[in-house]
Amino acid sequence: MEYSEKVKKHFLNPSNLGKIEAEGLGQGEELVTGEVGNPACGDLMKIYVRIKNNKIIGCKVETFGCAAAIACSSVTTELAIGKTIEEAKELTRERIVQELDGLPPLKLHCSNLAVDALKKALENYEKGINVIKK
Amino acid sequence: MEKRIYLDNGATTQVDPAVLDAMLPFFCKKYGNVSSLHSFGKEARHSVEKNRKVIAESINAEPEEIIFTSGGTESDNLAIKGIAVYMRDKGKNHIITTKIEHPAVLNVCKVLERKGISVTYLDVDPEGFIDLKELEQKITEKTSLVSIIHANNEIGTIQDMKKIGEICRKKKVLFHTDAVQSFTKVPIDVKKMKIDLLSLSGHKIHGPKGTGVLYVKKDLSIEPLLHGGGQENGKRAGTENASGIIGFGKAVELASDKTHVKKMTRLRDYFIGRIEKEIPDTKLNGPEGSKRLCNNINMSFKYVEGESILLHLDNYGIAVSTGSACSQLNLRPSHVLEALDLPDEFVHGTIRFTISRFTTKAELDYAAEKLKDIIKKLRKISPLAK
Ligand SMILES: Cc1ncc(COP(=O)(O)O)c(C=O)c1O
Repeated sequence: MEYSEKVKKHFLNPSNLGKIEAEGLGQGEELVTGEVGNPACGDLMKIYVRIKNNKIIGCKVETFGCAAAIACSSVTTELAIGKTIEEAKELTRERIVQELDGLPPLKLHCSNLAVDALKKALENYEKGINVIKK
Repeated sequence: MEKRIYLDNGATTQVDPAVLDAMLPFFCKKYGNVSSLHSFGKEARHSVEKNRKVIAESINAEPEEIIFTSGGTESDNLAIKGIAVYMRDKGKNHIITTKIEHPAVLNVCKVLERKGISVTYLDVDPEGFIDLKELEQKITEKTSLVSIIHANNEIGTIQDMKKIGEICRKKKVLFHTDAVQSFTKVPIDVKKMKIDLLSLSGHKIHGPKGTGVLYVKKDLSIEPLLHGGGQENGKRAGTENASGIIGFGKAVELASDKTHVKKMTRLRDYFIGRIEKEIPDTKLNGPEGSKRLCNNINMSFKYVEGESILLHLDNYGIAVSTGSACSQLNLRPSHVLEALDLPDEFVHGTIRFTISRFTTKAELDYAAEKLKDIIKKLRKISPLAK
């Protein structure tokens, strides 16, 4: 149950972990959030997606979870930023695992929730749930 | 990585250099088989018997009551299978244990259940203590054995051996205890405590890995696990691991200096105090004071996850363990933490620090500083911490 160097790197120095405050939004920008997981199971993620003109211009995650969960969160935000909403929807768990040079088998399911949180946020966006407009 | 600080002495310990020195002659010079009649055998036998006596005396047992094994796991297996199987044939098919045993006991019980022996798993209170009244009530005329861990390996709870021993003797059932963690740290007297079987391991007390002892009270019949050349009074076949036994004995001798226990207790309480004062929203698991193992510190940190803490500490060269890593398919924390019924927001952020007589205050200060930073950092990115 060893982690790859990539996982370690993302875990120790994750990109984009934390929250995006609505006050910081620029003109024409929107902020949407999505949450997945369950603290009782030891994994919970809340993702913040900043959107302008159908494009993801910012993305951060708050993560409660193990090293794999944090590394997956970091990679997910990196891959999401710069994509259009349609492109971001195509992101998969497999893509995240690939980016991390693999994950221990037991971690494949529980930890890899960030991409689900992203999808949840984009779904919310389309339904107009949890969306803040500037 | 400049610094390396080992705070996982509950997992295993450094071999004391004096132990290694004592062992070395038994590899290339005094390598005789203790069963051999010639001088090589005799010299090995003498040393093994001397060390058997040292270990026997340390728990107030007789030398012939000491069986050498390959470790704590084998001792637990031999004790429980050996008694339960032997007694089942005499019509006693029930044993009693607790929900917070080491897997070396719990998984043996699971196997026995599949073989038609019924097992009662006693609950524990929030500090990890069994209820003596419940124990007494659960003993029936079908009960052959009660197996209760002396000091818990995760949370350091020390059970009242004397009271348990009295209950078992009164109810005429045999009493086994896994004393792997408590040995040399908590006084053990098998006569006063009315213990019938007791498991020990060498590598938790600065001895070599792969060495263990099962104390079996005189005249007690036990079904062996290993059959062969009749060593260890026919209770455990196989050529004795002479070098290992010498090392185990030496480790026991070195641990007879009880200032070590005082020092560890002081450091333990110092570290707990620092963490409780400097890191908010933490919880000590297990009891405080004299009912807690002198080298065990088990704490939960709200809103963060144990494995993340562990790996950040590891990055600073600090070695600890966690009972809350989601390493099991069911995503559940360890059976011990489950038995304590900790609140969800605490249970996943549990870290065990286990010190040794070699641990220094400076090491604990370094660990406390790093831990403070790590918890702050992880809470900053946690959606639970507000
Ligand atoms: C309480 C307890 N029992 C049994 C064992 C197993 O001992 P060993 O590693 O010598 O097989 C351990 C060590 O992990 C332990 O802590």
